[in-house]
Amino acid sequence: MEPWRKAPAVFVANLLPPAAWLGVFFVLPLSLLWLYSFGDKVGITGIDINWTLANYARAADPLYLGILIKSVWIAGAATLTCLMIGLPVALAISFAPRHVQPWLLLLIILPFWTNLLIRTYALIAVLRTNGHVNYVLEWLWSAGDGLLNLIGLGGYQILGTGFTPWSLLYNDAAVVTGLVYVHLPFMVLPLYAALYRLDRSLIEASLDLGAGHLRTFFYVIAPLVLPGIASGVIITFIPALGAYLTPDLLGGTDSQMIANVIERQFKAANDWPFGSALSFLLMYITFFGLAVRSLLAGRRGGGVSA
Amino acid sequence: MGRIKGVSGLLGALSRRGFMQGAAATGLTITAMPKFAAAGDEKRLNFYNWDTYIGETTLADFTEVTGIEVKMDLFADNDELFAKLRSGNPGYDVIVPTGNWVARLRQADMLAPLDHSLIPNIRHITPRFLTGSSFDPGRKYSLPYMWGTIGIGYRKSKFTEPPYSWKWLYDSGEYSGRMALMTESDELLGMALKYLGYSLNSTDAGQLAQAEALIIKQKPHIKAFAEDNGQDLLASGEVDLVMEWNGDIAQVMAEDSDIGYIVPVEGSVVWEDTLAIPKGAPHLQNAHAFINFLHEPEVNAGIARTVQYASPNQSALALMDASYTQNPVIFAPQSVLDKSETLNYLGEEATTKRQEACTRIFAA
Repeated sequence: MEPWRKAPAVFVANLLPPAAWLGVFFVLPLSLLWLYSFGDKVGITGIDINWTLANYARAADPLYLGILIKSVWIAGAATLTCLMIGLPVALAISFAPRHVQPWLLLLIILPFWTNLLIRTYALIAVLRTNGHVNYVLEWLWSAGDGLLNLIGLGGYQILGTGFTPWSLLYNDAAVVTGLVYVHLPFMVLPLYAALYRLDRSLIEASLDLGAGHLRTFFYVIAPLVLPGIASGVIITFIPALGAYLTPDLLGGTDSQMIANVIERQFKAANDWPFGSALSFLLMYITFFGLAVRSLLAGRRGGGVSA
Repeated sequence: MGRIKGVSGLLGALSRRGFMQGAAATGLTITAMPKFAAAGDEKRLNFYNWDTYIGETTLADFTEVTGIEVKMDLFADNDELFAKLRSGNPGYDVIVPTGNWVARLRQADMLAPLDHSLIPNIRHITPRFLTGSSFDPGRKYSLPYMWGTIGIGYRKSKFTEPPYSWKWLYDSGEYSGRMALMTESDELLGMALKYLGYSLNSTDAGQLAQAEALIIKQKPHIKAFAEDNGQDLLASGEVDLVMEWNGDIAQVMAEDSDIGYIVPVEGSVVWEDTLAIPKGAPHLQNAHAFINFLHEPEVNAGIARTVQYASPNQSALALMDASYTQNPVIFAPQSVLDKSETLNYLGEEATTKRQEACTRIFAA
């Protein structure tokens, strides 16, 4: 017999606070938004819920679909970059001595202790035209130029006549950089969790039997930590898709993402029904992604999960 | 008095800490009584204001004179103010909406009418603000607080002559990649309309489409649509010219003498922030007393000295020195002001249309 059947009162008492919390602060507001998405704006502050589909029809306009596709693209690029950086990092941490591992993990989590807005402004100071990266590049340039002068090649201007600062901010690449910086821990932690549980003898066996390090990585380690990769990808991609502060502050003139459009509906445009419809569209896409993931996990069988 | 005692008694019953607070409030009221006779309200006032938008000692002075404690909350933009009041006034007595938002708040029936007889200092306000208001005729719901312009902030050393026209931001590749415009739809589209020779309050679909096309054509030269940080982009050398509020540019000009500000010849927005009382304000009397106090010439001059925006109070202006009254960043030349307009509230449909145009611009 299951424990909760033996003591239903204890079970209910334990369940009630979190259920009430979820109900009041999650289900209720979300239901309201869901209702709004089927409403019409009346006057300045009124919303008449008449089950219209006009908001969803408007969201299907190529304009908004284009922005949605662009958002998926940027979030996808950020997730992929996170994976490419996160996997080696997680691997390195999991192979580090046991007593060092908590400290390395702490370093990964440390940026979370600072507010997102402050971190983003810090990134602006690093990447801007007169920022730290360009400062170092300029120093390298003048060092290189000085060296060329020294060996008598100065007259050829091989490095150009002067240092031109790189445009590192206000473009899509800056948005991806910002998203990677912010979301990297989301990728590293589930990967580390999966690698931590990996049976090391399998790697030794692979190496003993003649597979190289790369081959071992792709044919033994990668398939075994695939659930961890899937978790990392999902919990990185979903918040990245809904990012609005990063494209606002780091993006160029066409870096607007779908969350920026949603934000404007709730603020400047004062069109809550349409904003709600866009929000739910985003949520449906997320649910679809999660459904595909569990479907794939189910097909692999064996109940593998991260 | 009686009401306050009742409240503190209630608090005392609830908790010891509440009782202490209640007792403190009561004590304060007693000492303040002789100074301020017009009772009826609890000695409190909730002020909802923009950041860094009040004199250094203004609130303390008000408490000194009237015994009314002021609690100030801050908002970042009119959207935030509107969103806060949308589902009912959470307890604010005086708010500082910009002119066009006064009209919107008024239409949404969110403002309480002002009793001019309780604000005798109205006589100090420059008459044109009282008679010529397009968003609040007769000033039944709002009084001017500070006003200013939008213009072009620029790095002087990169220009042989000041960028006197919106052309440099909207219709020229000469400073390609070194300019930033604003993200706010009314301002972004409005200045394009001004450049094209139309009213910035235009609701004509053809004119708006022209403005939209103009900005989309200019986009390759624009570095960013600045999110209220245009002055930082200019100050850090990221861009050489930027569309910004005059006060924001004045801030960075104080630290960098190579930065200039000009309101283009085509005209611009003349914005006006106002003092208004939201419906359901718990301390109506105090709110009127506070608005009256802010237009006390000495007090108003003190605020103007701190915030460095243009005061609509002519008696206060008489108290200011030339470094303020002759400052071209604070007071644009009259010839340019004559061509400038105040933003009006154009209705919900027009707002939606402008927002959609901006979404298209940003997506293009």
